[in-house]
Amino acid sequence: MTLQTQPFILNMGPQHPSTHGVFRMKVTLDGEVVVDLEPVLGYLHRGIEKLAEGRTYTQVIPLTDRLDYVASMTNNLAYVLAVEKLAGIKVPERTEYLRIIIAELMRISSHFLGIGAFLNDMGAFFTPLMYMWREREKIVDLFEMVSGQRLLYNYMRIGGISQDIPEEFLPAAKRFVAEMPRFIDEYNQLLAANEILLARTKGVGVLTPDLAINIGASGPVLRASSVKWDIRRADPYSIYDRFEFDIPTGANGDCYDRYWVKILEMQQSIRILEQAIAQLPAKGATCADVPALIRPPAGEIYSRIEAPKGELGFYIVSDNSIAPYRCHIRPPELINLTALRDMVRGWKVADLILTFGSMDICMGEIDR
Amino acid sequence: MTSLNSEETAKKIASAFPGSVTAADKNAVIVDSKSLYQVADYLKNSAEFDFNYLANLTSVDYTDYFEVVYNLVSLNRNHSLTLKTRCYEREKPTVPSVVSLWRTADFQEREIYDLMGITFSGHPNMKRLFLWEGFQGHPLRRDYL
Repeated sequence: MTLQTQPFILNMGPQHPSTHGVFRMKVTLDGEVVVDLEPVLGYLHRGIEKLAEGRTYTQVIPLTDRLDYVASMTNNLAYVLAVEKLAGIKVPERTEYLRIIIAELMRISSHFLGIGAFLNDMGAFFTPLMYMWREREKIVDLFEMVSGQRLLYNYMRIGGISQDIPEEFLPAAKRFVAEMPRFIDEYNQLLAANEILLARTKGVGVLTPDLAINIGASGPVLRASSVKWDIRRADPYSIYDRFEFDIPTGANGDCYDRYWVKILEMQQSIRILEQAIAQLPAKGATCADVPALIRPPAGEIYSRIEAPKGELGFYIVSDNSIAPYRCHIRPPELINLTALRDMVRGWKVADLILTFGSMDICMGEIDR
Repeated sequence: MTSLNSEETAKKIASAFPGSVTAADKNAVIVDSKSLYQVADYLKNSAEFDFNYLANLTSVDYTDYFEVVYNLVSLNRNHSLTLKTRCYEREKPTVPSVVSLWRTADFQEREIYDLMGITFSGHPNMKRLFLWEGFQGHPLRRDYL
Protein backbone atom coordinates (compact mmCIF):
# COMPACT_ATOMS: atom_id res chain seq x y z
CA MET A 1 0.00 0.00 0.00
CA THR A 2 1.39 3.42 -0.92
CA LEU A 3 0.85 6.42 1.27
CA GLN A 4 -1.18 9.13 -0.45
CA THR A 5 -0.81 12.85 0.27
CA GLN A 6 -3.08 15.67 -0.70
CA PRO A 7 -2.70 19.44 -0.70
CA PHE A 8 -4.02 21.21 2.35
CA ILE A 9 -5.64 24.63 2.20
CA LEU A 10 -4.78 26.83 5.13
CA ASN A 11 -6.64 30.05 5.76
CA MET A 12 -4.45 32.71 7.33
CA GLY A 13 -6.09 35.84 8.60
CA PRO A 14 -7.88 38.20 8.55
CA GLN A 15 -7.37 38.01 12.29
CA HIS A 16 -3.83 36.75 12.57
CA PRO A 17 -1.03 38.46 14.48
CA SER A 18 1.44 38.23 11.62
CA THR A 19 -0.74 39.72 8.93
CA HIS A 20 -0.15 43.38 9.87
CA GLY A 21 -3.82 44.22 10.00
CA VAL A 22 -6.62 42.38 8.31
CA PHE A 23 -4.82 40.69 5.45
CA ARG A 24 -6.11 37.26 4.58
CA MET A 25 -4.46 34.67 2.40
CA LYS A 26 -5.56 31.27 1.27
CA VAL A 27 -2.43 29.15 1.25
CA THR A 28 -2.24 25.74 -0.40
CA LEU A 29 0.28 23.58 1.39
CA ASP A 30 2.06 20.36 0.61
CA GLY A 31 3.14 19.33 4.06
CA GLU A 32 4.81 22.49 5.27
CA VAL A 33 5.73 23.76 1.82
CA VAL A 34 3.73 26.54 0.17
CA VAL A 35 2.38 25.44 -3.20
CA ASP A 36 0.06 28.30 -3.95
CA LEU A 37 -1.17 31.48 -2.35
CA GLU A 38 -4.12 33.72 -2.97
CA PRO A 39 -4.54 37.03 -1.15
CA VAL A 40 -8.11 37.88 -0.15
CA LEU A 41 -8.46 41.61 0.29
CA GLY A 42 -11.08 44.13 1.27
CA TYR A 43 -11.55 43.68 5.01
CA LEU A 44 -10.52 47.30 5.56
CA HIS A 45 -12.09 48.72 2.40
CA ARG A 46 -13.73 52.02 3.30
CA GLY A 47 -14.20 53.39 -0.18
CA ILE A 48 -11.88 56.33 0.31
CA GLU A 49 -11.83 57.11 -3.42
CA LYS A 50 -15.63 57.34 -3.49
CA LEU A 51 -15.72 59.33 -0.26
CA ALA A 52 -13.26 61.82 -1.76
CA GLU A 53 -15.69 62.59 -4.58
CA GLY A 54 -18.19 63.96 -2.09
CA ARG A 55 -15.80 66.22 -0.20
CA THR A 56 -14.05 69.48 -0.95
CA TYR A 57 -10.37 69.30 -1.85
CA THR A 58 -9.33 70.32 1.66
CA GLN A 59 -11.66 67.83 3.31
CA VAL A 60 -9.93 64.97 1.51
CA ILE A 61 -6.68 65.55 3.46
CA PRO A 62 -7.89 63.76 6.63
CA LEU A 63 -9.00 60.83 4.46
CA THR A 64 -5.46 60.45 3.13
CA ASP A 65 -4.25 60.11 6.73
CA ARG A 66 -6.18 56.88 6.86
CA LEU A 67 -4.39 55.26 3.94
CA ASP A 68 -1.03 54.13 5.24
CA TYR A 69 -1.80 55.16 8.79
CA VAL A 70 1.75 54.68 10.03
CA ALA A 71 2.99 57.19 7.45
CA SER A 72 0.21 59.78 7.43
CA MET A 73 2.41 62.78 6.75
CA THR A 74 3.67 61.48 3.43
CA ASN A 75 0.13 60.57 2.40
CA ASN A 76 -0.90 64.16 3.12
CA LEU A 77 2.10 65.37 1.16
CA ALA A 78 1.37 63.21 -1.88
CA TYR A 79 -2.20 64.49 -2.03
CA VAL A 80 -1.49 68.17 -1.51
CA LEU A 81 1.33 68.10 -4.05
CA ALA A 82 -1.07 66.65 -6.62
CA VAL A 83 -3.71 69.31 -5.97
CA GLU A 84 -1.10 72.09 -5.96
CA LYS A 85 0.21 70.91 -9.30
CA LEU A 86 -3.32 70.75 -10.68
CA ALA A 87 -4.26 74.20 -9.39
CA GLY A 88 -0.86 75.77 -10.04
CA ILE A 89 -0.24 76.83 -6.44
CA LYS A 90 3.26 77.85 -5.39
CA VAL A 91 4.25 76.99 -1.85
CA PRO A 92 6.39 79.31 0.35
CA GLU A 93 10.07 78.41 0.60
CA ARG A 94 10.05 77.73 4.33
CA THR A 95 7.14 75.34 3.93
CA GLU A 96 8.98 73.37 1.27
CA TYR A 97 11.80 72.75 3.72
CA LEU A 98 9.47 71.95 6.60
CA ARG A 99 7.67 69.44 4.39
CA ILE A 100 10.95 67.73 3.53
CA ILE A 101 11.94 67.59 7.20
CA ILE A 102 8.57 66.13 8.13
CA ALA A 103 8.56 63.66 5.22
CA GLU A 104 12.01 62.31 6.00
CA LEU A 105 11.18 61.97 9.69
CA MET A 106 8.10 60.05 8.59
CA ARG A 107 10.21 57.77 6.43
CA ILE A 108 12.48 56.95 9.38
CA SER A 109 9.48 56.35 11.60
CA SER A 110 7.84 54.08 9.04
CA HIS A 111 11.05 52.12 8.50
CA PHE A 112 11.43 51.68 12.27
CA LEU A 113 8.03 50.12 12.39
CA GLY A 114 8.63 48.07 9.24
CA ILE A 115 11.90 46.63 10.47
CA GLY A 116 10.61 46.05 13.97
CA ALA A 117 7.50 44.23 12.78
CA PHE A 118 9.58 42.23 10.32
CA LEU A 119 11.87 41.02 13.10
CA ASN A 120 8.79 40.27 15.15
CA ASP A 121 7.59 38.01 12.33
CA MET A 122 10.97 36.36 12.31
CA GLY A 123 10.51 35.31 15.90
CA ALA A 124 12.59 37.96 17.67
CA PHE A 125 9.56 38.65 19.71
CA PHE A 126 9.13 42.37 20.56
CA THR A 127 12.68 43.06 21.78
CA PRO A 128 13.92 44.64 18.53
CA LEU A 129 10.53 46.22 17.96
CA MET A 130 10.74 47.93 21.33
CA TYR A 131 14.22 49.24 20.53
CA MET A 132 12.81 50.73 17.33
CA TRP A 133 9.76 51.98 19.17
CA ARG A 134 11.97 53.87 21.65
CA GLU A 135 13.29 56.05 18.82
CA ARG A 136 10.05 56.19 16.89
CA GLU A 137 8.46 57.70 19.99
CA LYS A 138 10.74 60.72 19.61
CA ILE A 139 9.52 61.26 16.06
CA VAL A 140 5.93 60.91 17.21
CA ASP A 141 6.65 63.53 19.89
CA LEU A 142 8.04 65.84 17.21
CA PHE A 143 4.89 65.38 15.14
CA GLU A 144 2.76 65.99 18.20
CA MET A 145 4.53 69.34 18.62
CA VAL A 146 3.68 70.44 15.09
CA SER A 147 0.21 68.97 14.65
CA GLY A 148 -1.14 68.03 18.07
CA GLN A 149 -1.69 64.47 16.90
CA ARG A 150 0.29 61.30 17.35
CA LEU A 151 -0.97 59.06 14.55
CA LEU A 152 -3.24 60.79 12.03
CA TYR A 153 -1.59 64.17 11.70
CA ASN A 154 -3.67 66.05 9.11
CA TYR A 155 -0.84 68.59 9.01
CA MET A 156 -0.34 69.46 5.35
CA ARG A 157 -2.63 71.92 3.64
CA ILE A 158 -3.12 72.75 0.00
CA GLY A 159 -0.65 75.59 -0.43
CA GLY A 160 1.27 74.97 2.76
CA ILE A 161 0.99 73.51 6.22
CA SER A 162 -1.59 74.06 8.93
CA GLN A 163 0.77 75.99 11.22
CA ASP A 164 4.42 76.85 11.61
CA ILE A 165 6.57 74.67 13.85
CA PRO A 166 6.73 75.65 17.53
CA GLU A 167 9.99 76.91 19.05
CA GLU A 168 10.86 73.64 20.74
CA PHE A 169 10.66 71.65 17.51
CA LEU A 170 13.99 72.49 15.91
CA PRO A 171 16.20 71.85 18.99
CA ALA A 172 14.46 68.50 19.49
CA ALA A 173 14.77 67.60 15.80
CA LYS A 174 18.47 68.54 15.79
CA ARG A 175 19.05 66.41 18.86
CA PHE A 176 17.28 63.48 17.23
CA VAL A 177 19.27 63.84 14.01
CA ALA A 178 22.53 64.04 15.97
CA GLU A 179 21.72 60.97 18.04
CA MET A 180 20.29 58.87 15.24
CA PRO A 181 23.56 57.48 13.76
CA ARG A 182 24.38 56.05 17.19
CA PHE A 183 21.02 54.28 17.33
CA ILE A 184 21.55 52.77 13.91
CA ASP A 185 24.98 51.55 15.01
CA GLU A 186 23.34 50.00 18.03
CA TYR A 187 20.79 48.15 15.90
CA ASN A 188 23.46 46.97 13.54
CA GLN A 189 25.51 45.69 16.43
CA LEU A 190 22.53 43.73 17.67
CA LEU A 191 21.11 42.61 14.35
CA ALA A 192 23.06 43.10 11.15
CA ALA A 193 25.39 40.14 11.65
CA ASN A 194 23.13 38.13 13.91
CA GLU A 195 23.47 34.50 12.93
CA ILE A 196 19.79 33.65 13.27
CA LEU A 197 18.75 36.69 11.25
CA LEU A 198 21.19 35.77 8.49
CA ALA A 199 20.15 32.13 8.46
CA ARG A 200 16.46 32.99 8.32
CA THR A 201 16.60 35.81 5.76
CA LYS A 202 19.53 35.34 3.36
CA GLY A 203 18.32 33.90 0.09
CA VAL A 204 14.71 33.64 1.30
CA GLY A 205 11.83 35.11 -0.71
CA VAL A 206 13.92 36.31 -3.62
CA LEU A 207 12.38 38.86 -5.97
CA THR A 208 14.37 39.10 -9.20
CA PRO A 209 14.93 42.57 -10.75
CA ASP A 210 12.98 41.69 -13.91
CA LEU A 211 9.98 40.46 -11.99
CA ALA A 212 10.19 43.42 -9.60
CA ILE A 213 9.94 45.85 -12.52
CA ASN A 214 7.25 43.82 -14.26
CA ILE A 215 4.99 43.71 -11.23
CA GLY A 216 5.51 47.43 -10.71
CA ALA A 217 7.25 47.10 -7.37
CA SER A 218 8.50 50.34 -5.86
CA GLY A 219 10.23 51.66 -2.81
CA PRO A 220 12.57 49.52 -0.70
CA VAL A 221 11.14 46.34 -2.27
CA LEU A 222 12.27 47.42 -5.74
CA ARG A 223 15.61 48.78 -4.57
CA ALA A 224 16.40 45.62 -2.61
CA SER A 225 16.17 43.82 -5.96
CA SER A 226 19.13 45.92 -7.16
CA VAL A 227 17.05 48.33 -9.24
CA LYS A 228 18.29 51.84 -8.59
CA TRP A 229 15.04 53.75 -8.79
CA ASP A 230 13.97 56.44 -6.39
CA ILE A 231 11.37 59.02 -7.39
CA ARG A 232 13.11 61.62 -5.25
CA ARG A 233 15.93 61.36 -7.76
CA ALA A 234 14.20 60.18 -10.94
CA ASP A 235 11.33 62.66 -10.86
CA PRO A 236 12.19 65.18 -8.12
CA TYR A 237 9.17 66.74 -6.47
CA SER A 238 9.08 69.58 -3.96
CA ILE A 239 12.75 70.57 -3.47
CA TYR A 240 14.47 67.19 -3.39
CA ASP A 241 16.78 68.25 -6.21
CA ARG A 242 18.58 70.52 -3.72
CA PHE A 243 19.82 67.75 -1.44
CA GLU A 244 22.63 65.30 -1.68
CA PHE A 245 21.81 61.71 -0.89
CA ASP A 246 22.55 58.25 -2.21
CA ILE A 247 20.10 55.58 -3.30
CA PRO A 248 20.99 52.38 -1.49
CA THR A 249 20.25 49.13 -3.30
CA GLY A 250 20.38 45.47 -2.35
CA ALA A 251 22.21 42.76 -4.22
CA ASN A 252 19.95 39.72 -4.18
CA GLY A 253 16.39 40.89 -3.56
CA ASP A 254 15.95 38.56 -0.60
CA CYS A 255 14.41 39.29 2.78
CA TYR A 256 17.74 40.37 4.20
CA ASP A 257 18.21 42.97 1.48
CA ARG A 258 14.76 44.36 2.06
CA TYR A 259 15.66 44.76 5.72
CA TRP A 260 19.10 46.16 5.02
CA VAL A 261 17.98 48.67 2.38
CA LYS A 262 15.63 50.19 4.94
CA ILE A 263 18.51 50.63 7.41
CA LEU A 264 20.62 52.30 4.73
CA GLU A 265 17.73 54.49 3.68
CA MET A 266 17.35 55.77 7.21
CA GLN A 267 20.97 56.89 7.10
CA GLN A 268 20.29 58.76 3.86
CA SER A 269 17.20 60.35 5.41
CA ILE A 270 19.43 61.61 8.22
CA ARG A 271 21.69 63.20 5.60
CA ILE A 272 18.73 64.95 3.98
CA LEU A 273 17.47 66.06 7.39
CA GLU A 274 20.85 67.57 8.29
CA GLN A 275 20.90 69.57 5.07
CA ALA A 276 17.26 70.63 5.29
CA ILE A 277 17.55 71.77 8.90
CA ALA A 278 20.73 73.72 8.11
CA GLN A 279 19.16 75.45 5.11
CA LEU A 280 15.75 76.13 6.69
CA PRO A 281 14.78 79.74 5.87
CA ALA A 282 13.85 82.15 8.64
CA LYS A 283 10.29 82.44 9.88
CA GLY A 284 7.81 83.71 7.35
CA ALA A 285 4.62 82.73 5.64
CA THR A 286 3.88 79.00 5.79
CA CYS A 287 0.84 78.87 3.56
CA ALA A 288 0.26 80.31 0.12
CA ASP A 289 -2.69 82.61 -0.38
CA VAL A 290 -5.35 80.15 -1.49
CA PRO A 291 -9.12 80.55 -1.48
CA ALA A 292 -11.12 78.76 1.20
CA LEU A 293 -12.78 76.64 -1.45
CA ILE A 294 -10.26 75.51 -3.99
CA ARG A 295 -11.50 75.02 -7.54
CA PRO A 296 -8.67 73.73 -9.69
CA PRO A 297 -9.15 74.31 -13.42
CA ALA A 298 -10.72 71.40 -15.27
CA GLY A 299 -8.09 68.83 -16.07
CA GLU A 300 -6.26 65.89 -14.65
CA ILE A 301 -2.98 65.11 -12.99
CA TYR A 302 -1.00 62.07 -11.98
CA SER A 303 1.46 63.04 -9.29
CA ARG A 304 3.80 60.61 -7.58
CA ILE A 305 6.04 60.77 -4.56
CA GLU A 306 8.47 58.38 -2.97
CA ALA A 307 6.52 57.43 0.15
CA PRO A 308 8.31 55.27 2.74
CA LYS A 309 6.84 52.17 1.09
CA GLY A 310 7.13 53.12 -2.54
CA GLU A 311 5.49 55.13 -5.26
CA LEU A 312 2.41 56.75 -3.81
CA GLY A 313 0.52 58.36 -6.66
CA PHE A 314 -2.63 60.43 -6.87
CA TYR A 315 -4.59 60.60 -10.10
CA ILE A 316 -6.99 63.50 -9.71
CA VAL A 317 -9.54 64.64 -12.26
CA SER A 318 -11.03 68.08 -11.73
CA ASP A 319 -14.18 69.45 -13.35
CA ASN A 320 -13.60 72.92 -11.87
CA SER A 321 -15.96 72.25 -8.98
CA ILE A 322 -15.13 72.27 -5.28
CA ALA A 323 -14.78 68.47 -5.08
CA PRO A 324 -12.53 66.14 -7.07
CA TYR A 325 -14.38 64.45 -9.92
CA ARG A 326 -12.19 61.40 -9.46
CA CYS A 327 -9.42 60.77 -6.98
CA HIS A 328 -7.51 57.56 -7.55
CA ILE A 329 -4.79 56.50 -5.18
CA ARG A 330 -1.96 54.34 -6.50
CA PRO A 331 -1.15 52.11 -3.53
CA PRO A 332 2.49 50.97 -3.52
CA GLU A 333 1.92 48.19 -1.03
CA LEU A 334 -0.93 46.51 -2.89
CA ILE A 335 1.12 46.49 -6.06
CA ASN A 336 4.22 45.17 -4.29
CA LEU A 337 2.07 42.29 -3.05
CA THR A 338 1.46 41.14 -6.63
CA ALA A 339 4.74 39.25 -6.42
CA LEU A 340 4.11 37.62 -3.05
CA ARG A 341 2.90 34.38 -4.60
CA ASP A 342 6.00 34.02 -6.76
CA MET A 343 8.29 34.87 -3.87
CA VAL A 344 6.98 32.29 -1.42
CA ARG A 345 6.21 29.29 -3.62
CA GLY A 346 8.43 26.41 -2.57
CA TRP A 347 9.23 27.94 0.81
CA LYS A 348 7.92 26.84 4.19
CA VAL A 349 5.07 28.51 6.07
CA ALA A 350 7.49 30.22 8.46
CA ASP A 351 9.31 31.74 5.48
CA LEU A 352 5.99 32.91 4.06
CA ILE A 353 5.39 34.92 7.24
CA LEU A 354 8.90 36.31 7.01
CA THR A 355 8.67 37.25 3.33
CA PHE A 356 5.31 38.85 3.88
CA GLY A 357 6.75 40.79 6.83
CA SER A 358 9.67 41.99 4.74
CA MET A 359 7.28 43.61 2.24
CA ASP A 360 6.31 46.06 5.00
CA ILE A 361 2.63 46.54 4.33
CA CYS A 362 -0.16 48.48 5.95
CA MET A 363 -3.71 47.40 5.22
CA GLY A 364 -5.14 50.91 5.33
CA GLU A 365 -3.47 51.62 2.03
CA ILE A 366 -4.03 48.26 0.39
CA ASP A 367 -7.77 48.18 0.93
CA ARG A 368 -8.36 51.95 0.97
CA MET B 1 11.68 62.34 -15.61
CA THR B 2 10.77 63.76 -19.00
CA SER B 3 7.22 63.42 -20.06
CA LEU B 4 7.08 62.47 -23.74
CA ASN B 5 5.22 64.79 -26.05
CA SER B 6 1.99 62.86 -26.49
CA GLU B 7 1.04 64.45 -29.80
CA GLU B 8 4.31 63.40 -31.42
CA THR B 9 4.15 59.97 -29.83
CA ALA B 10 0.60 59.61 -31.14
CA LYS B 11 1.89 60.19 -34.69
CA LYS B 12 4.50 57.47 -34.26
CA ILE B 13 1.92 55.05 -32.89
CA ALA B 14 -0.48 55.92 -35.70
CA SER B 15 2.16 55.23 -38.33
CA ALA B 16 2.95 51.85 -36.78
CA PHE B 17 -0.72 50.92 -36.27
CA PRO B 18 -2.93 52.87 -38.67
CA GLY B 19 -6.31 53.71 -37.23
CA SER B 20 -5.34 52.90 -33.64
CA VAL B 21 -5.08 56.45 -32.31
CA THR B 22 -8.43 58.15 -31.85
CA ALA B 23 -7.20 61.36 -30.27
CA ALA B 24 -4.20 62.99 -28.65
CA ASP B 25 -3.91 66.04 -26.46
CA LYS B 26 -1.12 67.48 -24.38
CA ASN B 27 -1.83 65.05 -21.52
CA ALA B 28 -2.31 61.72 -23.17
CA VAL B 29 -2.56 59.51 -26.23
CA ILE B 30 -5.99 57.98 -26.60
CA VAL B 31 -6.18 54.74 -28.52
CA ASP B 32 -9.01 52.58 -29.69
CA SER B 33 -9.67 49.75 -27.24
CA LYS B 34 -9.49 47.19 -30.06
CA SER B 35 -5.85 48.00 -30.76
CA LEU B 36 -4.91 48.76 -27.15
CA TYR B 37 -3.00 45.53 -26.62
CA GLN B 38 -0.93 45.91 -29.81
CA VAL B 39 -0.08 49.50 -28.95
CA ALA B 40 0.83 48.60 -25.38
CA ASP B 41 2.98 45.74 -26.64
CA TYR B 42 4.71 48.10 -29.06
CA LEU B 43 5.31 50.74 -26.38
CA LYS B 44 6.72 48.17 -24.02
CA ASN B 45 8.97 46.31 -26.41
CA SER B 46 10.18 48.89 -28.92
CA ALA B 47 13.68 50.15 -28.17
CA GLU B 48 12.63 53.74 -28.65
CA PHE B 49 10.00 53.79 -25.92
CA ASP B 50 11.02 50.90 -23.67
CA PHE B 51 8.12 51.35 -21.24
CA ASN B 52 9.03 48.51 -18.92
CA TYR B 53 7.14 49.91 -15.93
CA LEU B 54 3.39 50.43 -15.71
CA ALA B 55 3.29 52.89 -12.84
CA ASN B 56 -0.43 53.29 -12.46
CA LEU B 57 -3.59 51.91 -13.97
CA THR B 58 -6.95 53.44 -13.23
CA SER B 59 -10.29 54.35 -14.72
CA VAL B 60 -12.65 57.31 -14.74
CA ASP B 61 -16.38 57.35 -15.36
CA TYR B 62 -17.29 60.34 -17.55
CA THR B 63 -20.94 59.13 -17.71
CA ASP B 64 -20.87 59.15 -21.56
CA TYR B 65 -17.95 56.78 -21.57
CA PHE B 66 -15.40 55.11 -19.34
CA GLU B 67 -11.76 55.99 -19.65
CA VAL B 68 -9.00 53.58 -18.66
CA VAL B 69 -5.73 55.36 -17.92
CA TYR B 70 -2.25 53.82 -18.13
CA ASN B 71 0.65 55.81 -16.70
CA LEU B 72 3.71 54.31 -18.34
CA VAL B 73 7.30 54.84 -17.24
CA SER B 74 10.59 53.67 -18.66
CA LEU B 75 13.07 53.03 -15.87
CA ASN B 76 15.95 52.85 -18.36
CA ARG B 77 15.18 56.04 -20.25
CA ASN B 78 13.46 57.89 -17.42
CA HIS B 79 10.55 59.13 -19.48
CA SER B 80 6.82 58.75 -19.08
CA LEU B 81 3.63 58.71 -21.13
CA THR B 82 -0.06 58.57 -20.37
CA LEU B 83 -2.01 56.17 -22.53
CA LYS B 84 -5.79 56.06 -22.46
CA THR B 85 -8.56 54.10 -23.98
CA ARG B 86 -12.29 54.73 -24.00
CA CYS B 87 -15.27 52.49 -23.68
CA TYR B 88 -18.67 53.77 -24.72
CA GLU B 89 -20.58 50.67 -23.69
CA ARG B 90 -22.28 51.03 -20.31
CA GLU B 91 -23.85 47.63 -19.73
CA LYS B 92 -20.79 45.48 -20.18
CA PRO B 93 -17.71 47.58 -20.99
CA THR B 94 -14.72 45.49 -22.02
CA VAL B 95 -11.08 46.40 -22.51
CA PRO B 96 -8.24 44.00 -23.36
CA SER B 97 -6.10 43.06 -20.38
CA VAL B 98 -2.40 43.94 -20.30
CA VAL B 99 -1.51 41.47 -17.53
CA SER B 100 0.59 39.44 -19.95
CA LEU B 101 2.73 42.52 -20.59
CA TRP B 102 2.90 44.04 -17.12
CA ARG B 103 1.87 41.80 -14.29
CA THR B 104 1.33 44.84 -12.10
CA ALA B 105 -2.02 45.13 -13.91
CA ASP B 106 -3.24 41.97 -12.17
CA PHE B 107 -4.65 43.54 -8.98
CA GLN B 108 -5.27 46.91 -10.58
CA GLU B 109 -7.50 45.52 -13.33
CA ARG B 110 -9.36 43.47 -10.76
CA GLU B 111 -9.83 46.62 -8.71
CA ILE B 112 -11.24 48.48 -11.71
CA TYR B 113 -13.55 45.56 -12.46
CA ASP B 114 -14.67 45.54 -8.84
CA LEU B 115 -15.28 49.24 -8.37
CA MET B 116 -15.95 50.51 -11.90
CA GLY B 117 -17.36 47.43 -13.59
CA ILE B 118 -15.05 47.29 -16.59
CA THR B 119 -14.19 43.75 -17.68
CA PHE B 120 -10.67 43.07 -18.88
CA SER B 121 -10.71 40.34 -21.49
CA GLY B 122 -7.81 37.95 -21.20
CA HIS B 123 -7.26 38.55 -17.49
CA PRO B 124 -6.47 35.20 -15.87
CA ASN B 125 -8.52 35.78 -12.74
CA MET B 126 -11.23 38.35 -13.43
CA LYS B 127 -13.09 38.64 -10.15
CA ARG B 128 -13.72 41.27 -7.52
CA LEU B 129 -10.75 42.40 -5.46
CA PHE B 130 -12.17 44.24 -2.45
CA LEU B 131 -15.91 43.63 -2.36
CA TRP B 132 -17.47 40.23 -2.01
CA GLU B 133 -18.91 38.11 -4.79
CA GLY B 134 -22.58 38.89 -5.02
CA PHE B 135 -22.20 42.58 -4.26
CA GLN B 136 -24.63 44.54 -6.42
CA GLY B 137 -23.24 47.32 -8.58
CA HIS B 138 -19.90 49.04 -8.94
CA PRO B 139 -19.47 51.85 -6.40
CA LEU B 140 -17.07 54.14 -8.26
CA ARG B 141 -19.51 54.68 -11.11
CA ARG B 142 -21.04 58.13 -11.04
CA ASP B 143 -24.57 56.73 -11.08
CA TYR B 144 -23.98 54.55 -8.01
CA LEU B 145 -25.37 56.39 -5.01
